[in-house]
Amino acid sequence: MPEMQQIFAGIAWNDGGWIELAATLIRAVIIVLPVILLMAVYTWMERRQASFMQDRIGPTRANIAIAGKNITLFGLLHLMADGLKFVFKEDIVPSKANKLLFFLAPILALAPVVIVFVVIPVGGFFAYSHWDQVLTADQVKAYAMTGDAFRLQASQLEIGVLVIFAFSGLGVFGASLAGYGSHNKWALIGGLRAAAQMVSYEVTLGLTVVGALLLYGTLEPMAIANWQGHNIARWGIVVQPIGAILFLAAAIAESKRIPFDIPEGESEIIGYNLEYSGMRWGIFFMGEYMELVFVGAMFATIFLGGFHVPLLHADGFRLGSHHLAMPHIAVVLVQMLAFWGKVVLLGFLQIAIRWTLPRMRYDQLMRLGWIGMLPVSLANVMVTAILLLVFTSYNWNMGNYWIASLLVTLLVYLLVVAPQQTKTDEDNVAHDEAHSHGSH
Amino acid sequence: MTPNSEQLAIQERVALPTETMTIMMGPVHPAMHGTVRVVVTVDGERIVHADVQVGYLHRGFEKECEGVTWGQVFPYTDRLNYVSPILNNVGYAMAVEKLLGVEVPERAEYIRVISGELSRVGDHLTCIAAIAMEMGAFSIFLYCVRARDEVYDRLEELTGARVTHAYCRVGGVKDDTPDGWLEKVRAGFGEITGVIDDIDGLLTKNRIFLDRTQGVGVVSTADAISSGFTGPVGRASGIDYDVRKDHPYGVYDRIDFDVPVMDAGDTFCRYYVRMEEVRQSLRIIDQAIDQIEPGPVKAVGAHRVVLPSKNETYNTIEGMIRHFKLTVDGIQVPEGEAYSYIEGGNGELGFYCVADGSGVPVKVRCRPPCFIVTGQLGNMLVGHTLADVVPIFGSLNMIGGECDR
Repeated sequence: MPEMQQIFAGIAWNDGGWIELAATLIRAVIIVLPVILLMAVYTWMERRQASFMQDRIGPTRANIAIAGKNITLFGLLHLMADGLKFVFKEDIVPSKANKLLFFLAPILALAPVVIVFVVIPVGGFFAYSHWDQVLTADQVKAYAMTGDAFRLQASQLEIGVLVIFAFSGLGVFGASLAGYGSHNKWALIGGLRAAAQMVSYEVTLGLTVVGALLLYGTLEPMAIANWQGHNIARWGIVVQPIGAILFLAAAIAESKRIPFDIPEGESEIIGYNLEYSGMRWGIFFMGEYMELVFVGAMFATIFLGGFHVPLLHADGFRLGSHHLAMPHIAVVLVQMLAFWGKVVLLGFLQIAIRWTLPRMRYDQLMRLGWIGMLPVSLANVMVTAILLLVFTSYNWNMGNYWIASLLVTLLVYLLVVAPQQTKTDEDNVAHDEAHSHGSH
Repeated sequence: MTPNSEQLAIQERVALPTETMTIMMGPVHPAMHGTVRVVVTVDGERIVHADVQVGYLHRGFEKECEGVTWGQVFPYTDRLNYVSPILNNVGYAMAVEKLLGVEVPERAEYIRVISGELSRVGDHLTCIAAIAMEMGAFSIFLYCVRARDEVYDRLEELTGARVTHAYCRVGGVKDDTPDGWLEKVRAGFGEITGVIDDIDGLLTKNRIFLDRTQGVGVVSTADAISSGFTGPVGRASGIDYDVRKDHPYGVYDRIDFDVPVMDAGDTFCRYYVRMEEVRQSLRIIDQAIDQIEPGPVKAVGAHRVVLPSKNETYNTIEGMIRHFKLTVDGIQVPEGEAYSYIEGGNGELGFYCVADGSGVPVKVRCRPPCFIVTGQLGNMLVGHTLADVVPIFGSLNMIGGECDR
């Protein structure tokens, strides 16, 4: 609750309050602006990357003619063209639609995804009054305690990860209300599918993180990032490999993209947003790309060390006795860039997945979620808890935890995944035995 | 085949009382091409009844043919299966040649085989592309289109058109191949096999794709035979029948190729049979290019059937009169009737022609392979989920032009 008190104190209009309010606004801008920008860039990235993967030229049509030259900026102008098109298109509302739900749905699809970014740290503390000095971690911490440092996180909540799940869970309302309010059978099916899928995968999504959270011992995203730190052996993807893979799969399912895009499935049911047009549809679209950013940011924070860069300490790069001293501002900037770089890299990965795989079927998706991923994530939680108990009761160094986790992962692979793999191969061999009659 | 709708309904009702919903799938639906409607009754996601309604692309092909000369029918046949028009051309030409008793020169037969197999490659690639795209694998669709463009480029060089070629003539083909065209065809194999291998890698062992296709839309061998299935769909259900092999026409008896047959009869088999047939078609083209010899491409001495050369038309009075009579009155086909059939892109493509001795057909009836296959779609769908409609339908390669005629 101290956070809430701070916020209320800010509204008490005393001197400290003004500063706090201004700081909050700056934080909001620092965090939300890149998110919005990134979302727009992702729409371009999706087109561009898809065209590379498919041997096409990609977006080239939108252009500005300056002095007889058509400037297309690699297709980046399509962002503007899209925006203009959305705004100027006719906004059609089906006459029998439930007006309230129809209008509410796009807002409910977009707003929760934006809100979750308030707890995600894009960097550590920035001691602004000592920006040109080389500061150690302890010094930065001290400045943070005295309030001389600026926190690169909109809001520091002790229940941070829970807030993320609470709000991302609200996203389901957007899709299901759109389906319910549109007065269209296809949209209704889409909405129902969305509700079922997102509720199911929310469970897996939560459980996959529990393993990691047990290790970190905190729910606060900044603390999670700091626990992982500059030591790559402590990063979530190393200490929780199974959790990381399952989390990514479940998160893609949450963001409703291929291979999990059954609520949309444009070739079979067209989707829950079927009756939407113009900017309302555009808001769904924005929500979808925002989720792309959100999945990347979540994964980066929990499993890829957040804003931390390997070997980059608060006072510069250190490897053994070598030390490359860097001023504080450079460290902070590198860390922020690293965070967004990780997010973009994960976006790249998600887009690559989207343009490679076919779509799953509804029942297969449910089976994968409840029978496939849920038990594995539960087992992951259990194994993590046992390992953690062993490590703490024997006072072993948590820096060596990665050895244990890799052993466990190898074991799981050999016992569970590998037999499945051979089974699949046998299936294929059986199918390849298609007999063909030879030439006469 | 699949549990029938009543049993299914009873099972479901016992478990949980539910209400069914009837949905009009198509003709305005992205997967229905605007040419077919499936009225599906679903219980949740499960289909309890499916009513397939065709006819949205009915253009009266058979009636139209009764108003034009025999030679003018060719452009109409292009628009039957517009994915592999040359095969339709060949099928129709063979029926008329059977009535006339005209001998087609060897070179023309080889050109028909080469261009026809190219068309078949295009047809199968389109179908594979559709199956993949309707499951959301859009990249694979575009890979197929890239390979199909190779086919279209070659056919454009040969015929002057990319889609509606109207290349065959009664008694031969329109023109000889352009210089170096045959070598160009062979040089394009790499592109096509490259794409086929890519798709093999991306789909054939893809867990999601296998789950979506294996055991889905199964047609047993017995059902397939009693329904009259032919072509890739029939061969996927275990019917070892290929017109090119079992009733060789043209020069297929001189060419060595295999007919892929699979037993399971599901969507995966229909996909895989087509993949294999593309490879076999390339093998056929390869051999045909080796065997082809220079020579005439129109029936020699059949003055009342084939048009005279431009030189003859403009410089001799006989040539001009022949050209005039053949163009205005049409080929005078002796009274009689004939059925001729070839292996089309989707199966046995038959043409039944009735002639009364005039230049205009009395009746041209087409046996469209995919009409017969589409007739069983409703049965294939029952018991599956709504999401399965699209891949099953895609794997049948229903072409509106051919189905509705």
